[in-house]
Amino acid sequence: MKFEVILAGFGGQGILFAGNLLAQAGMEAGLQVTFLPVYGPEMRGGTCNCTVVLSDREIASPVVTRPKALLIMNRPSFEKFVPCLVRGGLAVVNRSLIPEECAVEFPGRRFLFVPADDLAEEEGHPGLGNMAALGALVAASGVVPPEKVLSGLKGLLPPERKHLFEPNRKVFRRGYEFVERNSSTAVRR
Amino acid sequence: MKPILVKGSEAIALGALAAGCRCYFGYPITPQNEIPELLARELPKRGGVFLQAESELAAANMLLGAASTGVRAMTSSSSPGISLMAEAFSYMAALELPAVVVNVARGGPGLGGIEASQGDYFQATKGAGHGDYHFLVLSPASIQEAYELTARAFDLAEKYRQPVMILTDALLGQMKEPLILRKIKPRKYPKDWALTGAKGRPGRVLRSLFLGPGELRSRNELLQKKYRAMRREVRVESYLLEGAELVVSAFGSLARIVKEAVNLAREKGYPVGFLRPITLFPFPEREFRKLAEAGVRFLVVELNCGQMVEDVRLSICGSTEVRSLPFPPSDLPAPEDIYREIKRCLRSPRR
Repeated sequence: MKFEVILAGFGGQGILFAGNLLAQAGMEAGLQVTFLPVYGPEMRGGTCNCTVVLSDREIASPVVTRPKALLIMNRPSFEKFVPCLVRGGLAVVNRSLIPEECAVEFPGRRFLFVPADDLAEEEGHPGLGNMAALGALVAASGVVPPEKVLSGLKGLLPPERKHLFEPNRKVFRRGYEFVERNSSTAVRR
Repeated sequence: MKPILVKGSEAIALGALAAGCRCYFGYPITPQNEIPELLARELPKRGGVFLQAESELAAANMLLGAASTGVRAMTSSSSPGISLMAEAFSYMAALELPAVVVNVARGGPGLGGIEASQGDYFQATKGAGHGDYHFLVLSPASIQEAYELTARAFDLAEKYRQPVMILTDALLGQMKEPLILRKIKPRKYPKDWALTGAKGRPGRVLRSLFLGPGELRSRNELLQKKYRAMRREVRVESYLLEGAELVVSAFGSLARIVKEAVNLAREKGYPVGFLRPITLFPFPEREFRKLAEAGVRFLVVELNCGQMVEDVRLSICGSTEVRSLPFPPSDLPAPEDIYREIKRCLRSPRR
């Protein structure tokens, strides 16, 4: 098993946190993992991305150009990364910012449009759309058990941020359940 | 033991702590600031010293001073900062001071950029400052190895009374992987040279100025003898060498991308192997020579304009073909880019 995913969005959408958390969960599930943040003179409000690789064998390259999955939080990232997705690959897309029509140009990929920001807002935590999208990615891919994400979340939050566990857990759950509830219609080919 | 998920820079700092490093002197520069960040927090807790100096020059000379007392000490910087420190490095080599220097390299020359680069290979392996001297240079390719090699660097520095450099880059420095904090047992070496106050013993002198007839010559011969003795520390990672007609070589973090390309090529049945120098100085000449004698060709992949390829060519003295695949600093190459070059090499007739 080898699962490569690129997570991308605006700076401030929690892209690096979500990627870090997925890697942490993978590690706790006993997998080999690499987490590679994009690195350079980034601008506030510019795009931000990171690459996570999960594998049951040694991971050679942490750099991936043709990922098996994407987690896309904004329009510029959609345009930049969807063309790189392998045929048959899965793209979890933030429907709150990206209209579903965008997928038309890319046949042969699986799109999962999730109203990530709306789900987070309904839970009262509008800044946590990243967790809703991650919940959907974990549900749709089955790459790590959701419990490992939650135990990973506990490990990642420093003592002074412990109070953020519950909000993150709730929104993650919403994203996860969104896929379970819409399993027949959620993924468009 | 449970792994933790950390950046390469953090693994280096943790390796230094595990090896009993007690002093850090440095000046901030991207992309290595996680090293001082972690040590600023942890060293004082262990009775150590963390000091952010007013400049790289000051930091490197503070390191020289601390090392001359025999304490385990280090600095870290990135390419332009390492250039500024080079004068002190030459003095440390002359004084035979054990110390660890970390270069999380970025693109150059000049201020260059902040992306991953291997453009400091020459600077690291041929000696950054003046005079006939070398660092012992180690280059990790994974977060676990960054931890282990940094810890080992402190032992080697004392074993040979010799500055040791960890040469890595932004790719390894910034990425995260699981790290097992294996317990390190620092080795003990006699320090009958250290300046610790001459109470109850004759005074000791550390000097690098030799004006007497023949003095400087014997000083240099002594250093060269030491550099030859360091050859027993040579380490490589070799992979899929059996039946290989082409061996692809790379060091540091780039070697990970190259290894992926070698895997791709092997899956398609191409007779390709992989050889990664872990010690960059001393260079694994014998390992390359043995393969050359067996008739393999080489492809040397680097994140610079072609530097290590010169050492490969020197090692094998023209006995087989050595091709260079340089990637000057900008975007990182993909495994597929290297895979394509592997195919091209194997299809082309021998030169």
